[in-house]
Amino acid sequence: MTARDLIPIAVLAVLAALLPLVVTSSTVLNFLVFTLIVSLGAQGWNILGGFGGQFSFGHAAFFGTGAYVTAILQLRYGVNAWAGLALATAAGALVGWVIGFLSFRSGLRGSYFALVTLAFAEVFRILANAASFTGGAAGLLIKLDVRPANLQFDDRAVFYWLVLAFVTATLLLTRWIQRSRFGAQLVAVRENEDAAKALGVDSLKVKLRAIALSGAVTALSGCLYAQYFLYIDANIAYGSWISVELLLAPIIGGVGTVFGPVVGALTLHGLGEVAKQFAGRIPGIDLIVFGGVLVLAVAFARGGILGLLERLRDRGRGMVTRGTKEVSHAGR
Amino acid sequence: MYSPQIILEAALNGLMTGAVYALIALGLTLIYGVLHIINFAHGALLTCAMFAVWLAWAWLGMDPYLVIVPLVPLMFALGYGLQRFVVGPASHGDDGNILLVTLGLSIVLENVLLALFQSDTRTLDTDYSFQVVALGPLLLSYPRVIGLGVAIVVTGLLWLVLNRTDTGKAIRAVAKEKLGANLVGIDVPHIYAVTFGLGCACLAVAAGLLMPTFYVNPRIGGAFVLVAFTVVVLGGMGSIPGALLGGLFIGVVESLCGLFLGDSLGQIGIFLIFIAVLLVRPTGLFGAKA
Repeated sequence: MTARDLIPIAVLAVLAALLPLVVTSSTVLNFLVFTLIVSLGAQGWNILGGFGGQFSFGHAAFFGTGAYVTAILQLRYGVNAWAGLALATAAGALVGWVIGFLSFRSGLRGSYFALVTLAFAEVFRILANAASFTGGAAGLLIKLDVRPANLQFDDRAVFYWLVLAFVTATLLLTRWIQRSRFGAQLVAVRENEDAAKALGVDSLKVKLRAIALSGAVTALSGCLYAQYFLYIDANIAYGSWISVELLLAPIIGGVGTVFGPVVGALTLHGLGEVAKQFAGRIPGIDLIVFGGVLVLAVAFARGGILGLLERLRDRGRGMVTRGTKEVSHAGR
Repeated sequence: MYSPQIILEAALNGLMTGAVYALIALGLTLIYGVLHIINFAHGALLTCAMFAVWLAWAWLGMDPYLVIVPLVPLMFALGYGLQRFVVGPASHGDDGNILLVTLGLSIVLENVLLALFQSDTRTLDTDYSFQVVALGPLLLSYPRVIGLGVAIVVTGLLWLVLNRTDTGKAIRAVAKEKLGANLVGIDVPHIYAVTFGLGCACLAVAAGLLMPTFYVNPRIGGAFVLVAFTVVVLGGMGSIPGALLGGLFIGVVESLCGLFLGDSLGQIGIFLIFIAVLLVRPTGLFGAKA
């Protein structure tokens, strides 16, 4: 990684970190924390779906595992919340590896992979909803006990900075993946798995590594969700809403790019808030907007918002010939 | 534990629920077989059809079975239009895109219904909702017997359309070899849209059969579509007899799991079968080798 790779991430992180000094409204901070948690999980999806081309429709399986592991460790075993966070992340990696091992080894690709991930998330949801260990349908309530050891802080801004730190770390991780040998192999598998294999890429190993990383990052976001909102149940943690959120953000923002998930999550939830302002009484209005934006993005902006911006920039420089566009796309 | 009669009754009732699953899966598998896409909007479209049945009953006092007659062409038109003007153009012929576009459609449809009808659950009642048919010592729910009969007839009709009409021939040609079909003068986008329309028409029938005993709310489609995916995968993607047999089988499994494991865990059997089939034999029990 060069300085050019790191500077944009550092600048954005510093700017975002200064926000709570200007904005004190707790509504705005809540919005930002939630959006950042979504973008963190979405970054997890992006590692597997964006770089690896394996579209998961069930990332709730990882999100929920992170949320439940941290909540159960803390409630039932009194484990320190920070240790719980680390264990939840590890649990996400493990679940990712197992799901990946089962489905990639059977050669599931494309729609079949999407379906099997969806089914795994559903199985987890039904189990968490039925077992007494997970609090059943009543869910789990983490006690309000404001201590840094519990990941609970007097000031909302501290949690915001914490989430921001994790988002920044995963942005760096994603940038590293993009520049590493592993990332190149992953993209090769996405573009043409058979060709990658023929060149000696161990595609199973590469995909397993990607899904484990992806599961870990998304589990981390689930863990932060549980620690911030202090309540989870099966329909929140393993619900299809979160699977959809995590896949929408990168696709709207720019699939397979470093900043895509963050841009997508901010755009979607920004639009959602605007829609709610205009038509607050109508339930589901923000989701209508999400669905509409998804269809439009697929129809008109395959590279998401970042892809659109890039095309505009290229057009500004007067280099819209087909060849350069392809090159700039591949080099991204 | 349970007397054989209770188990047999549960199995038969499951068989009849399975018939409706089969109808839903029939639409899905037809669309898959020809367009090679997984239609994520299938569940939301089913919810639309169920609301249409409910509205016709609530406003016009129509019998839910009778609603099927006008609803079939309406749903066909809706499906035709969606494929021709939304899904087809928006996805540029890429499988991943089609998944995403139909997912987006389903989110929009579901939440428009939510905005219109709120999240209330609605039911309708008919004279025959709770009637039973006595078959020897067994008591079978009347609407479900009707459901089984109609599902078999519709499957037969669909098979006839596909095998005995020119349109059916064209559909099969496109399913086998898109480019070749195009070369001999078949209008491929039109056939795609017709297939999508046929798939949606199956949903109209399923909605009419479901409503006398079931309820509707804006999120109900999601539950059915997952079951329908299972049926389609089990029966082999694109296989019509596979969808019928798979649907019946899944209905029985769900009913028996519900009997032995309780309602909250009843559906888990379905998903475990789903995952197992995907992992072990993704072409399904009746599908051709991939």
